[in-house]
Amino acid sequence: MEHSFIKALSEIVGEQYTLSDPESLACYGYDSTPELQSRPGVVVLPGRSEEIAKVLALCDGAGVRVTPRGSGTNLSGGSISFDAGVVLQTSRMNRILEIDEENLTATVETGVITSTLHREVEAKGLFYPPDPGSMNISTMGGNVAENSGGLRGLKYGVTDDYVMGLKTILASGELLKTGGKVVKDVAGYNLNQLLVSSEGTLGVFSEVTVKLIPKPQAKKTMLVHFPQLEQAALTVSHIIAARIIPATLEFLDRTTIKCVEDYAHVGLPLDVDAVLLIEVDGHPAQVEEDAAGIRDICERHHCSFFQTAAGPEEALKLATARRVALSALARVRPTTILEDATVPRSCIAPMVKLIQDTAKKYDLLIGTFGHAGDGNLHPTCLTDERNPDEIKRAHQAFGEIFEATIAMGGTITGEHGVGVAKKKYLPKLVGESGLKVMRGIKGAFDPRGTLNPGKIF
Amino acid sequence: MDYVKLINCMRCGMCLPHCPTYKETFLETASPRGRVALVRKFQEGELVESEKFLEYVSLCLDCQACASACPCGVNAGELVAEFRCERKQEQGLSTMEELILRKLVPHPDRLEAATAPLRLYQRTGLQKVVRSLGLLKVFPAALGRMEGLLPKLPEAPLRQTISEVTPAVGEQKGTVGFFLGCVMSLIFTEASLATVQLLSTLGYKVVTPKDQKCCGAPNMLGHDIDGLKEAARFNTDLFQSQELDFVVTDCGGCGAELKKYGHHLDGEAAATAFSTKVRDISEVLAAEAGALKEKLKPLPLKVTYHDPCHIAHCQGIRSQPRALINLIPGIDFRELPEADACCGSAGTYNIEKPEMSDRVLSRKVQNVQKTGADYLVTSNPGCLLQLKKALSEATPPVKVIHLTELLQMSLNG
Ligand SMILES: Cc1cc2nc3c(=O)[nH]c(=O)nc-3n(C[C@H](O)[C@H](O)[C@H](O)COP(=O)(O)OP(=O)(O)OC[C@H]3O[C@@H](n4cnc5c(N)ncnc54)[C@H](O)[C@@H]3O)c2cc1C
Ligand code: SF4
Ligand code: SF4
Repeated sequence: MEHSFIKALSEIVGEQYTLSDPESLACYGYDSTPELQSRPGVVVLPGRSEEIAKVLALCDGAGVRVTPRGSGTNLSGGSISFDAGVVLQTSRMNRILEIDEENLTATVETGVITSTLHREVEAKGLFYPPDPGSMNISTMGGNVAENSGGLRGLKYGVTDDYVMGLKTILASGELLKTGGKVVKDVAGYNLNQLLVSSEGTLGVFSEVTVKLIPKPQAKKTMLVHFPQLEQAALTVSHIIAARIIPATLEFLDRTTIKCVEDYAHVGLPLDVDAVLLIEVDGHPAQVEEDAAGIRDICERHHCSFFQTAAGPEEALKLATARRVALSALARVRPTTILEDATVPRSCIAPMVKLIQDTAKKYDLLIGTFGHAGDGNLHPTCLTDERNPDEIKRAHQAFGEIFEATIAMGGTITGEHGVGVAKKKYLPKLVGESGLKVMRGIKGAFDPRGTLNPGKIF
Repeated sequence: MDYVKLINCMRCGMCLPHCPTYKETFLETASPRGRVALVRKFQEGELVESEKFLEYVSLCLDCQACASACPCGVNAGELVAEFRCERKQEQGLSTMEELILRKLVPHPDRLEAATAPLRLYQRTGLQKVVRSLGLLKVFPAALGRMEGLLPKLPEAPLRQTISEVTPAVGEQKGTVGFFLGCVMSLIFTEASLATVQLLSTLGYKVVTPKDQKCCGAPNMLGHDIDGLKEAARFNTDLFQSQELDFVVTDCGGCGAELKKYGHHLDGEAAATAFSTKVRDISEVLAAEAGALKEKLKPLPLKVTYHDPCHIAHCQGIRSQPRALINLIPGIDFRELPEADACCGSAGTYNIEKPEMSDRVLSRKVQNVQKTGADYLVTSNPGCLLQLKKALSEATPPVKVIHLTELLQMSLNG
């Protein structure tokens, strides 16, 4: 990258926040996606929206590409710059601007860490439900850009369901305001929702206003063991069919259980096919009733053990099992390839079975866990990047798994985004017309293709 | 360096919110994940050991908060330390380092003699003169900082005054060895006396061998592996020659190091046996909670607790100190926000990297103030030095004491 250009950037954001030494560039050349990396030309850390606008206008004019980045925890290569362009990191934009208790909204800068927002609103008796597994480090901007889901997605929905308003800087440097605090708004196209899950390709969010809800009064956490996989899957369908909507309904298979237990020592069984982590919340009477109903369904499906957390501490311990699943799996082998296949929830059992069979066929170690209640599974292949043959087999296996997912009426990603990692599967899913519309939208927002090029399509 | 340890980092970022230097800078280069990447890129030949590279690598406090947070078992801090160590091995120790690490630190009598002028300096009132005249500003910065941190030194180091055997009060329940620790003995004599009193009150005969040497942590810090091994072998032999149920220490840093002797001496049986006997004082006392509780008298104080890195992250001891504080009748215990975040002392880090150390420290001070406590309890000499100074200057000032001192206050009523 040219020195004069770097200088111009540093005049906008300050020298201290313009990084171009090889060490910094190496450290901004990755995110949490396995296998992918590429050094940017320069990294900037703007402190306010006006700086973002100036940086974008400068880059757009000069034909330099910009990749937005929050905390770099995404799993689809979305925050890596593959053309030695600018990485624009929002982490300094971390102020909570307002918690509006009358309108039940919060407005934050997009570099705010998700769990920080949780803490602040919960201190006021309010609740912001989206809770991705990475919430202790992911930013609100990253969550919006990826439309992140979380353990509470089944009952409360995903990020999209809470974004009411956005301040977005377009590639040209113009400010686009969409939505706001009004609960109802049907004026024109719903740009607000279009921007959610745009993966940094349509604009850079500088502020987001989210909807808050009252904090549930009570909750109950349960952990249920199943000797047979099919029974666990049937239980999931039957809980939903019984019109009980838990806040959380998570699944861990045998391989995952073993790894989590080895790491976290939470007392998981090593001799069962699957465990379900179930959490119900709401009015205390309803919680009791739901928990009893769930227990009944689990027992009818031959669970071997049903544990209810005695207090918040034990509940946290049980939930930890699920939260650390990915990272615990990652302990086993150096390279962890995690996928995000999502099927209609009635297909959970055949899908898990198919994943296991495919693992056997390609001689791979794949652990599966995920948001069973949403049909969102994370088959996770444990490999070693130094073994090219094994990596090749892993990609072949995932190819087959995705074919099957699409055939079942599912999707290639439930929450991690397409990025670069799943680009090749997108045409199959959305078809030519889908791609054409998406490209048209991209052109309308970012005619020169400045923002996050090479992602999604 | 073991390359697999480096590639085990899956870059999930779980460590980032726990790293004090990341929290201050938001820079990937100052994060555990970034540090692993830097070392890995160096190993892969993609980065060289430039000045910037070394600057980034040396900004790590080695507090090991990242290790506690990492679900994949990567210890970024240790990998960085190992990297620095390996580079040092290639370069060799400087004459000054050789002098300090080999000729001074391992010999308690020499170390004590070296600090004698300091005691004299304080006692003759010279310190007051120097401080009031602002002469410290004339000294080189590092020396000035060090002087500024020093509290009033005791009349004599504990090693010189303590008797080799302190009998158990009442019926003898067991025999424990007491590991003194250089800084505890030299500066925090009172706290270590409290430790011994607590042990003997609970029925332990306490053996304190006077020949013991420094645990070797400074050698580790100075990347002097041979010196470290020498210390480990010496102390192992000394303590293993006695019939001891435990070896107790009230210094978090010593405890963490002693527990690693088995590892340092490549799994030698005696060293491993010694390491498994080592206990932090809070572990021993917490196991005796019932007996201790009966003896404690009320203390109506507002107290909070700072987890030293060497206690929480290196030894995994978190609940015991809190449980002990809560044993004291009338105590109003208040949890400290970010209690297990480093205070910025980190060995000699506060002298070598004053700017970052101060930033990390001031976050700690603000958190302590949020609790409204009038006492901050902790149990590592580095933290005590750093926090005593900072919190005595805070408004309102907060008293900083060792865990055993608080318990002794309650014991004596
Ligand atoms: C251990 C682990 C667990 C995870 N669990 C979950 C989970 O349960 N649910 C889930 O949905 N995801 C999960 N993820 C994925 C990831 O954490 C989310 O996608 C998260 O939203 C990314 O946030 P981030 O701040 O790290 O964004 P980044 O990774 O930095 O960026 C993600 C994308 O957003 C864009 N972007 C970032 N900030 C902005 C902005 N201000 N404006 C415009 N575009 C922007 C980037 O260009 C990139 O395309 C997990 C990841 C890990 C490592
Ligand atoms: S060091 Fe551990 S916690 Fe940090 S990014 Fe690497 S794997 Fe994740
Ligand atoms: S040891 Fe401490 S300062 Fe160093 S990387 Fe780990 S958490 Fe950060």
